[in-house]
Amino acid sequence: MTQNRAKIRTEGVNVHYGATHAIKDVTLDIPDKTVTAFIGPSGCGKSTFLRCINRMNDTIDVCRVTGIITIDGEDIYDRRIDPVQLRRKVGMVFQKPNPFPKSIYDNVAYGPKIHGLARNRAELDEIVEKALRRGAIWDEVKDRLSEPGTGLSGGQQQRLCIARAIATEPEILLMDEPCSALDPIATSQVEELIYELKNNYSVVIVTHSMQQAARVSQKTAFFHLGTMVEYGETDEIFTNPRDERTENYITGRIG
Amino acid sequence: MSPLWTPLFILALAIAGFFAARSRALSTAGGNPRLMHSLPRVYGMNALIWTAAPALLLLAALTLAQPMMQERQVMSALPDSLTASAGETSLAMAEICRIAGGIATAIENRSLSKDAALQSSDIGTLRDALTGAGIAVTPETSAEILNGAQDWYAYDRRAALLHAVLALGAAALGLVWALRRARKDVNARSTVERGILLLLMGAASVAILTTVGIVFSMLFEAYHFFQQYSWREFFFSTNWNPRFQGGSDLGMLPLLWGTLYISLIALIGAVPIGLFAAIYLSEYASRRMRSIAKPLIEVLAGVPTIVYGLFALITVGPILRDYFAAPMGLGNSASSVMTAGLVMGIMLIPFVSSLSDDIINAVPQSLRDGSYGLGSTQSETVRHVVLPAALPGIVGAILLAASRAIGETMIVVLGAGAAAKLSMNPFEAMTTVTVKIVSQLTGDTDFASPETLVAFALGLTLFVLTLILNVIALYVVRKYREQYE
Ligand SMILES: Nc1ncnc2c1ncn2[C@@H]1O[C@H](COP(=O)(O)OP(=O)(O)OP(=O)(O)O)[C@@H](O)[C@H]1O
Ligand SMILES: [Mg+2]
Repeated sequence: MTQNRAKIRTEGVNVHYGATHAIKDVTLDIPDKTVTAFIGPSGCGKSTFLRCINRMNDTIDVCRVTGIITIDGEDIYDRRIDPVQLRRKVGMVFQKPNPFPKSIYDNVAYGPKIHGLARNRAELDEIVEKALRRGAIWDEVKDRLSEPGTGLSGGQQQRLCIARAIATEPEILLMDEPCSALDPIATSQVEELIYELKNNYSVVIVTHSMQQAARVSQKTAFFHLGTMVEYGETDEIFTNPRDERTENYITGRIG
Repeated sequence: MSPLWTPLFILALAIAGFFAARSRALSTAGGNPRLMHSLPRVYGMNALIWTAAPALLLLAALTLAQPMMQERQVMSALPDSLTASAGETSLAMAEICRIAGGIATAIENRSLSKDAALQSSDIGTLRDALTGAGIAVTPETSAEILNGAQDWYAYDRRAALLHAVLALGAAALGLVWALRRARKDVNARSTVERGILLLLMGAASVAILTTVGIVFSMLFEAYHFFQQYSWREFFFSTNWNPRFQGGSDLGMLPLLWGTLYISLIALIGAVPIGLFAAIYLSEYASRRMRSIAKPLIEVLAGVPTIVYGLFALITVGPILRDYFAAPMGLGNSASSVMTAGLVMGIMLIPFVSSLSDDIINAVPQSLRDGSYGLGSTQSETVRHVVLPAALPGIVGAILLAASRAIGETMIVVLGAGAAAKLSMNPFEAMTTVTVKIVSQLTGDTDFASPETLVAFALGLTLFVLTLILNVIALYVVRKYREQYE
């Protein structure tokens, strides 16, 4: 496999929620045009760390992030960086599906509209359709685009949120358990999407499924109680983990 | 025996029943609660309900029904000369009640003997005995009235005893029934659940029934009004000119116009300011800022409206007149629609803002996160995600504010004056429906003339107006809720 240059670098990142120390001194480089998986037991800080990468933690009052995170060599916590610009570049699919109380169409068109990606309605239609197709939900919703997105099933909402995130064409896509509510068919469609996205973007995915991590990712990081225990090539981690905790987790002894 | 003793005794019996049933149920299970269908205390509650509820309800019903039956009986004994008209009858009955009340008090503090009060058939001695006991009886008080009072008092005593006996009997029956059912295999839980359900339903129906009662009393009086005054004149005449000698013009259009005009100005002022304040507080302000500003704004909501009225009268009115109305040649009255509207708007700001603030806060954070995650700014998030999600609630808040504006009286009296007028000029004095309701009902009023009864027709109109507002609110909320939930 070709080794790409680092897209995201983190150095000594610590996150505190008030008195809770949620992320402890995490340093890792995420390469461009790869899929990186974060795995680890529930509550170990995967979501928290993921949210640091597009500064979503800014919206939480009690949350404090220290350390250095750079994207393309630029410190994203620098005062000159506008988090709005950053998030336009670093898209995110949340752990819980959160469609807007708008129509399915408007949900997907929201990002392109506020960023002015379409010059006219026809272009917007095209962007929406493409995003919904890539999110593997087009066939299910093409006849009901004007119905509320909140009226979809949990799994459909999850794919709608994926479509919404990729409609703005981010350079980095952060996905927090994007397949947790999907059936095997939809899961494999989303995995195909992730695989395809990899050609142009960096994808970071949090997952509880070892098989999924093994199938879609090239790099894997294992988190445990707020520390990053092990990070390396996915094949390595799954076949030959160096740390005992990683091995125990992968083989199902802790978690 | 004071009438309070009976309910107290019933309650004591019910509490005793609670403990008795609990221990009895427990003993049928050999002291092991696991063998019982319901928890021990549920059997106790069951006994409490069965003892207290039917007995107290019976007591309440009897107490309510008794005066009516008693009145009919005493009245039928009165001679025709005293019951010629409805007015005379009620006068006679009032006199009888007063004297009967006096007899009761006098007997209680022993200034009058029971025999003297009830046995004396000679009117002269009775009158002397009553006067001696300090009850105001004039020589003109007729024998029939005095006999009526005697009867009334006797009925009262008999009824009190009868009620106590009946209610206690009901309590005892309920207690026995519940104790017999305090066995481990009886489903006491669902009885208690049903009891609670009935209690809650009772509370809800009190609220509904009083509303219905209010509406009916208004309808009744308004009907009297429309019998004496043409409804066409009332609804479509543009003249409001009541005269107590008769021959008034009672067209409500000027009043309705004043109400709507002032409310409109108030809402135009209050809605944007209140809403923006709410958005600032809930979306932008830091936690510390919020903890200071929110109570401050809410202090405004606690100011009595009469104080706002004073503010309108001595500050806002003269300023508007001296700096706006007079220089622009629009009038020289300090009382004006504008004055009342602006001050009412100030009154409504905290109302709109604190309601909207709660509603905006209830929008889940995950929606904001979704929007920020797509790279939108704070104001884009507010406009495109938060406000649409909060819209049904905000519409509700605005319509509530509108209802308050329509019903407001004090600010209008002091700020806009009392002259009924139909005009577009916001610097002219006008008045509203509520102000005229008050002025038609103050002073010496005769509840048979159209000048007084018009107040009820006006009240009914206001009621219908707010009802329509509420229906619109419900419709809007439901329409958006479908989309946004
Ligand atoms: N908003 C918050 N406020 C306070 N503490 C938080 C907050 N969010 C997360 N935490 C804490 O931070 C720690 C890490 O949480 P995080 O959500 O990152 O876990 P996770 O690895 O994503 O778990 P899961 O797999 O269950 O999603 C937890 O101990 C959690 O209690
Ligand atoms: Mg998580």
